[in-house]
Amino acid sequence: MGMYEQIARNKRRTFVMLAAFVLLIALVAVALGILFQAGIAIVPIAIVLAIALAWGSYFYSDKIALSASRAVPADGPEYRRYHNLVEGLIIAAGLPKPRLYVVDDPAPNAFATGRNPKHAALAVTTGLLQQMNRVELEGVLAHELSHVKNYDILVTTVAVTAVGAVALMADLGMRFLWFGGRAGRRDNNDSGPVGLILVILAFALLLLAPFAAQLMQFAMSRRRELLADASGVQLTRYPPGLISALEKLQADHAVVHHATRATAQMWIEQPLDRDQEKKGTKGSWLNRAFDTHPPLEERIAALKAM
Amino acid sequence: MLAIIIIGVIVVLFLLYLIFAYNKLVRTRNQIDNAHSQIDVQLKRRYDLIPNLVETVKGYAAHEKSTFEAVTAARANAIQAQEGGSPAQQAQAENALSGTLKSLFAVAEQYPDLKANQNFLNLQEELTSTEDRIAYARQFYNDSVLGYNNRIQSFPSSILAGAFHFSKREYFEGDPEATGPVKVQF
Repeated sequence: MGMYEQIARNKRRTFVMLAAFVLLIALVAVALGILFQAGIAIVPIAIVLAIALAWGSYFYSDKIALSASRAVPADGPEYRRYHNLVEGLIIAAGLPKPRLYVVDDPAPNAFATGRNPKHAALAVTTGLLQQMNRVELEGVLAHELSHVKNYDILVTTVAVTAVGAVALMADLGMRFLWFGGRAGRRDNNDSGPVGLILVILAFALLLLAPFAAQLMQFAMSRRRELLADASGVQLTRYPPGLISALEKLQADHAVVHHATRATAQMWIEQPLDRDQEKKGTKGSWLNRAFDTHPPLEERIAALKAM
Repeated sequence: MLAIIIIGVIVVLFLLYLIFAYNKLVRTRNQIDNAHSQIDVQLKRRYDLIPNLVETVKGYAAHEKSTFEAVTAARANAIQAQEGGSPAQQAQAENALSGTLKSLFAVAEQYPDLKANQNFLNLQEELTSTEDRIAYARQFYNDSVLGYNNRIQSFPSSILAGAFHFSKREYFEGDPEATGPVKVQF
């Protein structure tokens, strides 16, 4: 029963997220309309655009996520074991076979994406395939297949694209505001209340980016990783496999090259380096507040307690 | 008037429940049959791989005749048991086959050239993953039986199951050693 509740909740979350996304775009459009004296006419256009984007992120988010991570289809004899392990696990899980991809990167990591089990894809780095033995790789793949089965992939991939689009729009808005604002000041220097509104709106737009990040955190919930560990082990019935895989991930400090803050939540382990962030240049406490994954020690301890 | 409407709504809801519950029972029962045929598919795949493996090992270790004969005989025996034997006989034949395969791999260990042969390594990978799949197919079968049995034994769907003769299914019970996937490290 727990799993079905999880699936229903994930579907609900996706809907809420897409609705919030459309609303957010509409708000940005209103702000821009007032800012550039374009009037309210631009709002319907923006809403149509937002719905198109939401639709697109539902149907194409997996392709976007895969190409953003530079994943290529895992064809060829060297990926036989990868295919064999997945084919075994899908029998145990009662799932159709997902498309399999490889990311050419020495850092060991993996992610799953897609909108439902019929349209799912798994990607692993070449580093993962090299460093993990058969049992460990099986543990990792079972974890990823659990994300597929629980519909976690739907929430995360839609979040990745929707949040990315909102952040991009807010960023563009800020840039336009910067230049537009300066031009406006030159033209009508004494437009008292309008100038005030412009300033307030500038702050509103500024506030959008952290809000998008908040939305992202709402969607990802670290508990989901622990749950996927647990249901992954339910497939393999062999906790030591995943435990030893996580221990290897813990020992490895390499960073996935084509991972960004937006796609971080998809991977099995946080792809960005924590230590680097701690001594990093910008807002390190904020970065840690937005950690996408529970610490590996916590996940290993939970598995050992089984 | 109001009473009739209320009774009507209750009857409709009840009928909807019956339809839903009945369909669910049919679906889970079909899932069990499908899971069962999955096991057979994977067993067949294993039978198909074994002759290739024996041939490859023969190329390097021709004089280990008794081992090859044991594997071939165990395979024939397992195929026969699968076609007409009882589940217990099938399980026994499968275990015997797994045992002879272990000794075949033990023989292969003694030939470094063979261990480096790409064809042999591929076959070993295929056989290992087929054994994993057999184990997973059995696991899925048992999980499906568990869900189905729970449904037909618990109230209120048990009444429906009784009326339409949905009978309890048996679990697949293998040798304790054979239930887990055979993990080969290499």
